[in-house]
Amino acid sequence: MELNYETEIDRSRMRVSDEVAIRIADMNKWYGTYHALRDINLTVRRGERIVIAGPSGSGKSTLIRCINRLEEHQGGRIVVDGIELSSDLKNIDKVRSEVGMVFQHFNLFPHLTILENCTLAPIWVRQIARNEAIETAMHFLEKVRIPEQAHKYPGQLSGGQQQRVAIARSLCMKPKIMLFDEPTSALDPEMIKEVLDTMIELAEEGMTMLCVTHEMGFAQAVANRVIFMDQGQIVEENDPHDFFNNPQSERTRLFLSQILRH
Amino acid sequence: MIDRNPAFVRGEMLPAREPPAGETGLLKLLRESFFKDWLSALLTVTSLIVLIWIVRSVSPWLIDSVWNANSLSECRQILGGAEGACFAVIRDRWTQLLFGFYPPTQYWRPVLAFALMLLAMAPILFPPVPRRLLWFSAAFPGLAYWLIWGGTLWLPVSAYAGLAVGAIVLRLATRLGSGVAIGLALAGALVWWFFASGAVTTALGQLLPLSLAPVTSREMGGFLLSIVIGVTGISLSLPLGIVLALGRRSKMPLVKTLSVVFIEFIRGVPLITLLFTASLLLNYFLPPGTTFDLILRVIIMVTLFATAYMAEVIRGGLAALPRGQYEAAEALGLDYWKAQRLVIMPQALKISIPGIVNSFIGLFKDTTLVVFIGLLDPIALSNSIRATTDWQGIYWELFIFIGGLFFIFCFSMSRYSMHLERRLKTEHR
Repeated sequence: MELNYETEIDRSRMRVSDEVAIRIADMNKWYGTYHALRDINLTVRRGERIVIAGPSGSGKSTLIRCINRLEEHQGGRIVVDGIELSSDLKNIDKVRSEVGMVFQHFNLFPHLTILENCTLAPIWVRQIARNEAIETAMHFLEKVRIPEQAHKYPGQLSGGQQQRVAIARSLCMKPKIMLFDEPTSALDPEMIKEVLDTMIELAEEGMTMLCVTHEMGFAQAVANRVIFMDQGQIVEENDPHDFFNNPQSERTRLFLSQILRH
Repeated sequence: MIDRNPAFVRGEMLPAREPPAGETGLLKLLRESFFKDWLSALLTVTSLIVLIWIVRSVSPWLIDSVWNANSLSECRQILGGAEGACFAVIRDRWTQLLFGFYPPTQYWRPVLAFALMLLAMAPILFPPVPRRLLWFSAAFPGLAYWLIWGGTLWLPVSAYAGLAVGAIVLRLATRLGSGVAIGLALAGALVWWFFASGAVTTALGQLLPLSLAPVTSREMGGFLLSIVIGVTGISLSLPLGIVLALGRRSKMPLVKTLSVVFIEFIRGVPLITLLFTASLLLNYFLPPGTTFDLILRVIIMVTLFATAYMAEVIRGGLAALPRGQYEAAEALGLDYWKAQRLVIMPQALKISIPGIVNSFIGLFKDTTLVVFIGLLDPIALSNSIRATTDWQGIYWELFIFIGGLFFIFCFSMSRYSMHLERRLKTEHR
C-alpha cells in the first residue's frame, strides 16, 4: 500500500538525542538448537524511529520481543533505559513498565472494558489512584480518537479500533520506548490507515519507536533508520531514502523487488 | 445475445424490509420443529403417545397418595387395594431424613446455619449484593461450625485468630520478599494453632462462657451431613484446584512434579477407597488416643478428591487461553500473581464454568458414598427407616423424596452456572 505522508508530517519534534535508549551488544538467541538470532548489535538513541523489515522467519519479531524479555536471550547483553536484562525479575518488571508493546493480534483483555484495559496496569503496576488512572486513560483514548467506546468490550470493536485501544493501553503506562510487532498485519485494508495515523502522531511527539512492519510507505515517511534482517541477522542498516532507492545488499534488493512489485 | 451495458451503479441504497409472512411466529415453529416431514411427524406423535402413557400410569399412584398414616400397613388399609403412594412416611420421618439423629430441641441450629449460609453465599454469587457482606462470608465457616457442633464459641474465634496472626506476620515480613513472607506467615499461624490456641480458648471460655450444647458427629446425618460435606468440599476444592492447576503448569520442576503426582494419584483411585482410608487407616497412622473427627476426615478426603478433578478442569481453561493474553499481561509489567489474578484466571475460570459446576454437582452427589463407612447420609437413613416394623418394605416414596431434594440442589447449581455464563459473556454483547 502506498502512503504518501511526506507533506503532512510535522517533523519539528522528531529529534534524535544522543542519549542511548537501548543498547544490544553481540546478542544471540537459540530456540532449542535453532540459532534464531545471531550476533545482533544495535544501538537505539532516544527519539529514534526504527523500522525492522525482512522475510518471515528472519527473527525480526524475536528481536523486539527480546527487548522486553518476552523472549530470553542466551548470549550478549541488552541494556534498556540503563537497566540490563538478566534473569533478575525485578529488572525485567522495571523494563516492562518502561517499554510499551503493541502486538499483531492486539491481545486486549476480552473480559474487561476498553477503559479497564487501559487502567489495569497503571493501577496495579504503577499504583496510581483509580480516578487519576481513568483520567489518563480517557486522555489517551481521546488521542487515538475512540473515547466514546470506553465502556464497550473489545469484542464489540473493529480490528482497527482494537489496535488503537492497544496503543492507548500501552501509552497509559507512560512508556519511554514503544515496540510494535506487525501492528497492521492482522487488519483489513480499510483499517490500516487509522492505525498508521496513530503511530505517526506518536512519532511526531518524539516517541522512541521500534516497528516490525511491512508498511514500506510508513517506513519511508517516519523511520529515520531501516533495518533489514534475514536468517536471524542484521543484513542491512540504512536511512530510509537509501534503503529504498539504493539498497546495498543483494538480499535486500531481492526482498524489496518482491514486496514493491505491485 | 444479451446486449447490455456491464456497468451498474446503484442509485440509492436499499432499506431493510420485513421478512415474508409465515417465516416467523408459532406456525413456523410448528412446521419446522414438529411436522417438517413424515419422519418428524411420526416422531412427534409417538413421543406424545409415550408421554401420555407415562402420565396416565404414574398419576393415579401420585394422586391417590396417602399422607396421614402411622405405618405402611395403615396406608394399605386406607388405600383398600388401590394403587397409591404412601407419603405418610415422609410426613412421619422427614426430620430424620434432614437431620439424622441430631437432638430435636436443637434443630434450630442447623436451620439457622443453613439460612446464614444463603446469606454468606449471596455476595459471592451475586455482584449487586453489597461487598461489605463478604466479611460475613469470611466469618461464616466458623459460625456454622459453632452452630452445628456446639461447644464454646472461642474455639472457632481462636482458629480465626491464627489466620489474623498469619496476616500480621505476612504484612510485617513483606519486605523480605513474597516467598519468605508467605513461609513465615504460615509458620506463625501454625505456631498459634498448635501452641497458643488451646490455652487461649480455655482462658476465654472461663472468662466469658459462650457455648452451645455440644453435638457429636455421630448424631449428625441426613441432608445436614450431605450439605456440610458437600458445601465444605465445594468451597475448598475450587481455590485448591486453582493452586494445583497453576502448580501443574509451573516452570519449577519440583512444584510441577508434586502437582502431577498428586493429581494422577488421587484421580487414579476410587473415592470409596479414599473414604475407607479416612475411616480405617488413618486410625492406625495417627498417634493412639487422638480423636480426629470422622466427618472432618471425610471432608478432607472428599476435598482432596474434588481438588484433583478441579485442577484438571481449570488446567483445561488455562490451556484454552491464547498465549497473547499472557504476553500482553507480561508486557504491561504485571508480575506472575497479578497477571494470574487480573487477566488469566478471570478468563480461564469463565471458560471452565461448565466443567467446574459439573465437578461440584458430582461431588455433592458423591457425598452419599459415606454410607459405606457408616455415616448416616440420607440413603443410610432410608435403610434404617425401612428397618423399623412400621415402615418395612417402603422404597419409592423415600427415594423420591431424597432424589427430589438432591435434584433441587443440583438443578439450582446448574441454573446458576448458566446465569453466570450469560453474565460473564462479553464477546458479542
